Amino acid sequence: MPTPLDQIRNFSIVAHIDHGKSTLSDRLIQATGGLTDREMKEQVLDSMEIERERGITIKAQTVRLTYKADDGQTYVLNLMDTPGHVDFAYEVSRSLAACEGSLLVVDASQGVEAQTLANVYQALEHDHEIVPVLNKVDLPAAEPDRVRQQIEDVIGIDASDAVSCSAKTGLGIHDVLEAIVTRLPPPKGDPAAPLKALLVDAWYDPYLGVVVLVRVFDGVLKAGAQVRMMQAGATYKVDKIGVFKPKATDVESLGPGEVGFITAQIKEVADAAVGDTLTEERRPTAQALTGFKPVQPVVFCGLFPVDAADFEDLRAAVGRLRLNDASFTYEMETSAALGFGFRCGFLGLLHLEIIQERLSREFNLDLIATAPSVIYKVTLTSGETIELHNPADLPDPVKVATIAEPWIRATIFTPDEYLGAVIKLCQDRRGMQKELSYVGARAMAVYDLPLNEVVFDFYDRLKSISKGYASFDYQMLEYREGDLVKMSILVNAEPVDALSMLVHRSRAEARGRGMVEKMKDLIPPHLFVIPIQAAIGGKIIARETVRALRKDVTAKCYGGDASRKRKLLDKQREGKKRLRQFGRVEIPQEAFIAALKMDAD
Amino acid sequence: MRSIPAPSPPGPALGLYVHWPYCRRICPYCDFNVVRHRGRETEARALVAAILRDIAAHRARTGPRRLVSIFLGGGTPSLMRPEDVAEIIAAARGAWSPAADLEVSLEANPTDAEAEGFAALAGAGVNRLSLGVQSLSDEALARLGRNHDAATARRAVARAQTAFARVSLDLIHSWPGQDEWAWRSDLEAALALGPEHISAYELTFEPGTAFTRARDRGRMVAPDEDHRARLFALTGEVLSGHGFQAYEISNFARSPAARARHNLIYWRGEDYVGVGPGAHGRLTLDGVRIATEAPRAIDAYVKAAGDEGPAGAWLALTAQEAALERLAMGLRLAEGVPLADLAALAVDPMRIAELGAFVDVQEGRLIVRPSARAVTDRLALELCPV
Repeated sequence: MPTPLDQIRNFSIVAHIDHGKSTLSDRLIQATGGLTDREMKEQVLDSMEIERERGITIKAQTVRLTYKADDGQTYVLNLMDTPGHVDFAYEVSRSLAACEGSLLVVDASQGVEAQTLANVYQALEHDHEIVPVLNKVDLPAAEPDRVRQQIEDVIGIDASDAVSCSAKTGLGIHDVLEAIVTRLPPPKGDPAAPLKALLVDAWYDPYLGVVVLVRVFDGVLKAGAQVRMMQAGATYKVDKIGVFKPKATDVESLGPGEVGFITAQIKEVADAAVGDTLTEERRPTAQALTGFKPVQPVVFCGLFPVDAADFEDLRAAVGRLRLNDASFTYEMETSAALGFGFRCGFLGLLHLEIIQERLSREFNLDLIATAPSVIYKVTLTSGETIELHNPADLPDPVKVATIAEPWIRATIFTPDEYLGAVIKLCQDRRGMQKELSYVGARAMAVYDLPLNEVVFDFYDRLKSISKGYASFDYQMLEYREGDLVKMSILVNAEPVDALSMLVHRSRAEARGRGMVEKMKDLIPPHLFVIPIQAAIGGKIIARETVRALRKDVTAKCYGGDASRKRKLLDKQREGKKRLRQFGRVEIPQEAFIAALKMDAD
Repeated sequence: MRSIPAPSPPGPALGLYVHWPYCRRICPYCDFNVVRHRGRETEARALVAAILRDIAAHRARTGPRRLVSIFLGGGTPSLMRPEDVAEIIAAARGAWSPAADLEVSLEANPTDAEAEGFAALAGAGVNRLSLGVQSLSDEALARLGRNHDAATARRAVARAQTAFARVSLDLIHSWPGQDEWAWRSDLEAALALGPEHISAYELTFEPGTAFTRARDRGRMVAPDEDHRARLFALTGEVLSGHGFQAYEISNFARSPAARARHNLIYWRGEDYVGVGPGAHGRLTLDGVRIATEAPRAIDAYVKAAGDEGPAGAWLALTAQEAALERLAMGLRLAEGVPLADLAALAVDPMRIAELGAFVDVQEGRLIVRPSARAVTDRLALELCPV
């Protein structure tokens, strides 16, 4: 039996990393008896190992709570746990579209952060009712009054009746549950209308196959029904319907306002596009839900196995990941420096890092990643426009008319004392200031920046210059033309493809100098002198030299040393397999890894 | 009347290395298998007995061979009792057929106490002394943590030259703070003493030594590569200027006859038996190259050197492993290494040609050009097919 609409509340939690979203979720599950204490593991919702380690949510998840409120009624509360990171902004927007309200969780000792802001604006865009929750009020450093004021100043919502709680100690959890029931609106919908359900998320389960998370708006979803995905145009028979409590529990149907999962013999996650509308095959709805967007990777990098023999394993691994993550794309790539690998597309830098980490951790692969880059739009003199995913593929400069690059709008919150350094960083990265204001003791800087400059260690730099205090979020803007040039790195006059990059002309020299200095320290001395140059076209913009080896011979070598010498030679020969040959120069793979990780300019 | 030469025993010629692990004190740069000898007299007796047993056990495996060299190294074999030295030499001579010009070398420390025993050691059968003077400058000796001064070293050299027909001096360069002038002075002071042979070693920071710990803690600054390369080049310059031939990376001889015949066995890949704790040997038995290694701990060695067989592990090397050793050891010699000995390694003639600035092939022997000796280890690696 579908639950009556007025007894349903669908909500998400908006919070900055570390502000206690997962702990609060766990508390809510525990307080409503979803799990016994024994079953309760820390942060149930973040079930991926990486999620738990990083304290972040990557995949949207959901849990159905049953709560007997002070008014005597029993409510069904659907908590949609959303990924908090900008890389997953689209997934967040779909999760938010499945809810009517949000809890805005702010750490009472730290206040509003850039990410909070971006996510709460998204929630407001979805007409969410927002209940501010001040978490960690038990901490000695908590300043609930100041933070309440900050929420009103920065976000512009009434925080006078913010709920105070401590997810860690359990303090105020009852108040949070009551606020959900009394202050958030119930969903609307017509059970008699044709089925209209939002595809919120999909993932691959080794036992069930592809599992699809849906929110029903109109009609009733029943097992055995033929449903149609309106964007994909494909039809499936629903095998199984269930809800997460948080353990998966079968139900017979899902009515309007309800959230649950279905399985339907779907082969790949890529067949279940987030944001698609599900309807009945026999009685389709006239109007699909709005807001569908196909997934678009924005950051690209090459992934290569350190040991060429692992290429097939890498192929299998990226295939497996893609099964479960349609936003991750890959195609084969070959590099003289790094051998066979894949050019991979990601939603953003965090997504890139997560995939890389999963490949190494879950698939035990030792990988080299090339410098992340963005998609450039290159207009040729012929008038044709091409999308460039890999700087190495840039056509001959004489055929290139213009190059445009994607820009972003970045919002940065920082304690006042680091503002100077933050502004300098943004300026160094070709940023254009749009706004600078103060929120209490914290400054908010809004900059337009080329994404190219951001994917290149911007976040790490920001964290380091602000001792970890600055927070950062961004949204995509349009493409803008720029004076971009391809910079090549030549080792002993041979170009090293893995190190070529598109840079702004004004930054080319600094980048080139940084790169050759780094390579100079990374290439071990050879028997001859090795020049390392950075060049734009035929013009050398920076040069360093690796000196020749002067002394490499064991002083004492007698009868007892023969075995030692043999073993050392064997080890060195083995080590040579990890070297890449460029003309007469052998470059250790570690050098590429380190050069591509280049930190400061 | 011509004498009829005795028939040579079958099998290749043989050298014998005897490791004597005791020292009066441990040098701060030494990573050899050594212990302090004080209070270990009983153990030392047992060790001599074990070495004698081990020689007999090796003889059972090698069969009759022509013995061309005995080398007592360590450690500080000049601390051995002359009667023990005599017994070991006698055992070796009895086990194999000694060559007429059998070389019997012994490593010695140039202290007064040890120098007093030189005549007795000569009486025991030692005919070549390798003296670890290391330097003839008091400052350098103090820095190197040696237990003698330069004057003592000079007295010891004089006594050695009286007692032994052949004397070699060990010197160390590239210690922290040594400049070219200091090294040149040391070399010239050593030459003035008239040795027939000089071993000049670059100080190496071996893992686990006091010097390496001091360097890693920033209390000692190791000279940089350029400086070490200059001192290495200077060594060759000064010694060749005095008629010495650099026949090996760190070894210089006044004449071919003055070369350390025992050490040539190692560099030429010939056969040698190693006895004593931690000693290594190489034997060619039925065409297979065998690597032997005795237990490092003295008590373990004494126990293992039983009547049932030689102490320690015997490992057959593959043809490729044996060739790899030939390359690493043979390139150190000015005479190089016969390409025929490297057949199993399949060194690419193209690679040799590419490295033509550094190596050469003369009469079927692969040699490192004199100007490239300082990078011999790298050349060995570059010549190895990957």
